[in-house]
Amino acid sequence: MQDSSNFKISEYGRGIPRQNMGNLISSHILTIITFTPAVGALLILFFNRAQIRSIRTFALVITILAFLFSLYLPARFASGNPEFQFRLDVPWMPSLGITYSMGIDGISLFLILLTTLLSPLAILASWSIRDRLKEYFIFMLLLETGMIGVFASLDLFLFYVFWEVMLIPMYFLIGVWGGERRIYAAMKFVLYTMVGSVLMLVAIIALYFLHGDATGTFTFSYPDIQAALAGSRFVLERSTEFWLFLAFFLAFAIKVPLFPFHTWLPDAHVEAPTAGSVLLAGVLLKMGTYGLVRFSLPLFPAASHLFAPLISLLAVVGIIYGALVAMVQPDMKKLVAYSSVSHLGFIVLGIFSFTTQGTEGAIYQMLNHGISTGALFLIVGIIYDRRHTRAIDQFGGLAHRMPVYAAFFMIVTLSSIGLPGLNGFVGEFLILLGTFGANKARAALAATGVILSAVYMLWMYQRVIWGEITNEQNRSLADLGFRERAMLIPLLILMVWMGIYSNHFLRPMDASVTKLMNRVQNVQLQYAGQPK
Amino acid sequence: MNLASINIFAILPAVVLSVFGIAVMVAEPFVTDRKKSTLGWLAFSGTLAGMLALIPMADNGGQWYSNLWIVDDYNIFFNFIFLLIAAVTILTSLDFLRRENMNHAEFYALLLFATAGMLMMSGSNELVMIFLGLEILSIATYVMAGFRRTDLKSNESALKYFLLGSFSSAFFLYGIALIFGATGSTNLLAIAQSLRSPDIPMNLVYLSAALMLIALCFKVAVAPFHIWTPDVYEGAPTPVTGFMSVGPKAAGFAVLFRVFLTAFGMIEDRWVSAFWLVAALTMVLGNVIAVVQPNIKRMLAYSSIAHAGYVAVALTSASNRGGSAALFYLLAYSLMNLGAFAVVTIMSRSEDKMVNLTDYAGLGAKRPGLAAVLSLFLLSLAGVPGTSGFAGKFFIFRAAVESHLVWLAIIGVVTTVVSFYYYLYVIVQMYMREPNEEFSDVRVAGSLKVALVISAFGTLYLGILPTRVLDWTTTAALNALK
Repeated sequence: MQDSSNFKISEYGRGIPRQNMGNLISSHILTIITFTPAVGALLILFFNRAQIRSIRTFALVITILAFLFSLYLPARFASGNPEFQFRLDVPWMPSLGITYSMGIDGISLFLILLTTLLSPLAILASWSIRDRLKEYFIFMLLLETGMIGVFASLDLFLFYVFWEVMLIPMYFLIGVWGGERRIYAAMKFVLYTMVGSVLMLVAIIALYFLHGDATGTFTFSYPDIQAALAGSRFVLERSTEFWLFLAFFLAFAIKVPLFPFHTWLPDAHVEAPTAGSVLLAGVLLKMGTYGLVRFSLPLFPAASHLFAPLISLLAVVGIIYGALVAMVQPDMKKLVAYSSVSHLGFIVLGIFSFTTQGTEGAIYQMLNHGISTGALFLIVGIIYDRRHTRAIDQFGGLAHRMPVYAAFFMIVTLSSIGLPGLNGFVGEFLILLGTFGANKARAALAATGVILSAVYMLWMYQRVIWGEITNEQNRSLADLGFRERAMLIPLLILMVWMGIYSNHFLRPMDASVTKLMNRVQNVQLQYAGQPK
Repeated sequence: MNLASINIFAILPAVVLSVFGIAVMVAEPFVTDRKKSTLGWLAFSGTLAGMLALIPMADNGGQWYSNLWIVDDYNIFFNFIFLLIAAVTILTSLDFLRRENMNHAEFYALLLFATAGMLMMSGSNELVMIFLGLEILSIATYVMAGFRRTDLKSNESALKYFLLGSFSSAFFLYGIALIFGATGSTNLLAIAQSLRSPDIPMNLVYLSAALMLIALCFKVAVAPFHIWTPDVYEGAPTPVTGFMSVGPKAAGFAVLFRVFLTAFGMIEDRWVSAFWLVAALTMVLGNVIAVVQPNIKRMLAYSSIAHAGYVAVALTSASNRGGSAALFYLLAYSLMNLGAFAVVTIMSRSEDKMVNLTDYAGLGAKRPGLAAVLSLFLLSLAGVPGTSGFAGKFFIFRAAVESHLVWLAIIGVVTTVVSFYYYLYVIVQMYMREPNEEFSDVRVAGSLKVALVISAFGTLYLGILPTRVLDWTTTAALNALK
């Protein structure tokens, strides 16, 4: 009797103490951010199909809300702490060792912010969608949930769930609202990605059993498995590590996409609607490189070292090949798509340099690429909405009619080719610095990619913007409206901010990257010291 | 047998179904044509009563009727699946039979008898009893497959099913005869006991196991014994196809597990490699051939072959986890496949004519609700996370990796990718093609709505919160692994 009354007082009488409230928010914030869009998608179901305006506005409000929630993360992030923060662990399938486990560190922090930032912009870019609007926004919101979930989940099973679930909305976005060959592109996108990821699933299960047999705890928890590996409580045999690494790597390499797994990308990009391309380039591709940093390196460091020369070679080939193919594209969107292959090659190169600069540069470049290429797709989408063509030779002299557009386009182009003072420079510089320390020839070859990117980007810019108006249809083009400016200006601000105050973004990464490097470089020493 | 050993509660669900089945048949002449559906609802309440009867049955665990009959979690779990399948099939058939002017109440009676046969199959501890259950199930299903009496395809379907089914029954019977000759018993536990003694003619045992394996592989339609499936599935009335693709399959697997894990557990090393081959072949053939099917019923027929392959993977692992995963998968598969067939029933319309994939073009634009539920079932069949299909496949591959069947797991996941192609192709038709028609004659009757809600709820529940059911299947699988 007395016990129960005491219980009541402590539970309800005094209310929740203030610091508990803070803990409650900080442990649930990732869940809130992740599922805000999903809840929004559910609510859109109840909208009347004809209320186009309110559905659009509602979707925008939801994504902005998710963005505002996500600002809590950098505000409360402890920069010096290399561990996962904002942790929440709730047993999901306890008998299987599956936990609903969320948390972020310096590596995933900004990727989540990138996602929540690009999503409202992508919604803004969807104003020209008329057909089956309701479904469109439902899929957009579900996609956002999937993307955030991938970056925030710490349980391998949960990670895989988000990783796969996210394919379905993207499949619909490309397949229903895409261009001419949309069905082919959507199918190719799903099947390519699936092939890689199902093998990763087998590898995840194998890792689960190997870890369980070694330590006695059967769990899918990534931090636990990683800690056991780092603490040598759980040692993978060389050949096992080799195969597991390959299974994970294939999934990530296809997603990145690393040359020669890139062929789905131009198709998907060209056929996807503008918003789809923005999220595809801005966020989806980052999942591949994120996976390499988060899982491949710390889980399989020895195999990473073993394969690094080959992977770096593929990355360099991708840098140059992507740039050369981009140069000859007659279609602006395809050009940007191939430029992604080139830029993502840089990121992979930075990751497999196994240096702090290289890795930080790679993470920085992930953000840069999301911002610059996202902006480029928005730029292309704006002109496509007006002219319903993306062929470069249809344009010319747009500066006369659309001066603001030309100016914005210029900044984005310069950011993409890595002009000092803008964001792209910092990332590329760090990557090249890191790679140079590891292998000079690779760095030299990769540097040519920087030059080539200037060639194809500036050449496209010149053909589209400068010169006289050659096509009569371009004479009546209107300059950017308020909505279009609103979706580009945040990105332009970030380009400058990240170009000048790079420390604001690099400092939170430091501790986590250092921890990762300790893990990877230690193994390098062991590896080098072992007799062959 | 004296009266004291009769325990009606141990066999209550089967008794309930038989009573309701007989009641439907007796009442049929007295009900006017327009009111035949009432008998359908009577049969439906029979399945619900059967589920209620599971409660007293669960309290009477153990072996009954001179060890002929066994009541354990394994049996109860399968009984639950069978009764669920029967209930959903009745809901799907009610409107269909009315629509097709073949509203003969015998259909419901046959369905109840077939279900009673399935209950016997999962509960028997005795090969002869299993055979009786198998025949009760099969004969009722032969008639149901040919229920559209004036249609050539339906007749072809029934005849093919009958001929090949009889063949496989004969194989099974021969297997029983041989094992009786070798061990002097047809009781599964007794067989398992006598296999431990050294003076058993092992060659006879192997031969008997092989014959039973072949017979049951026919029943569950796994490669290379699957050839009959597409024709039979295509010709049968659509709700019957739905029933055949899950009911006899689940019952066949119930027997496969019981016979091979309980009776032939001792000679596991002999049959595991055969299962390995069957599983691999089934997953590859089923998925690859399904890709080129233009008819949705044939496509789902090949897909059902492929899914049997996944269950066979779990069987190959021959572990408790494998058994548990297989039971889970059978429940998940039953629900999602019945759901898919319920939509196909709705869409096939008059005389089951509209069953080509292209008939689904533009459904997403015209009938978003229907297209959305079918997409859910198809995505679950493909194995997208968040659905029961993914949870089931995950458990199966987990069991396979645990039993060091990594290659089988790899074949499994890669063929899953192939399956994405043909499941998504239906979604392509529904959402990404222009509609050719208004779908104004597509009617969703109330009973079908209930069927769809049950299947969709089950598919999502098992996909998101599978633990509770998985715990149940784990204890159930332990029973078979004695």
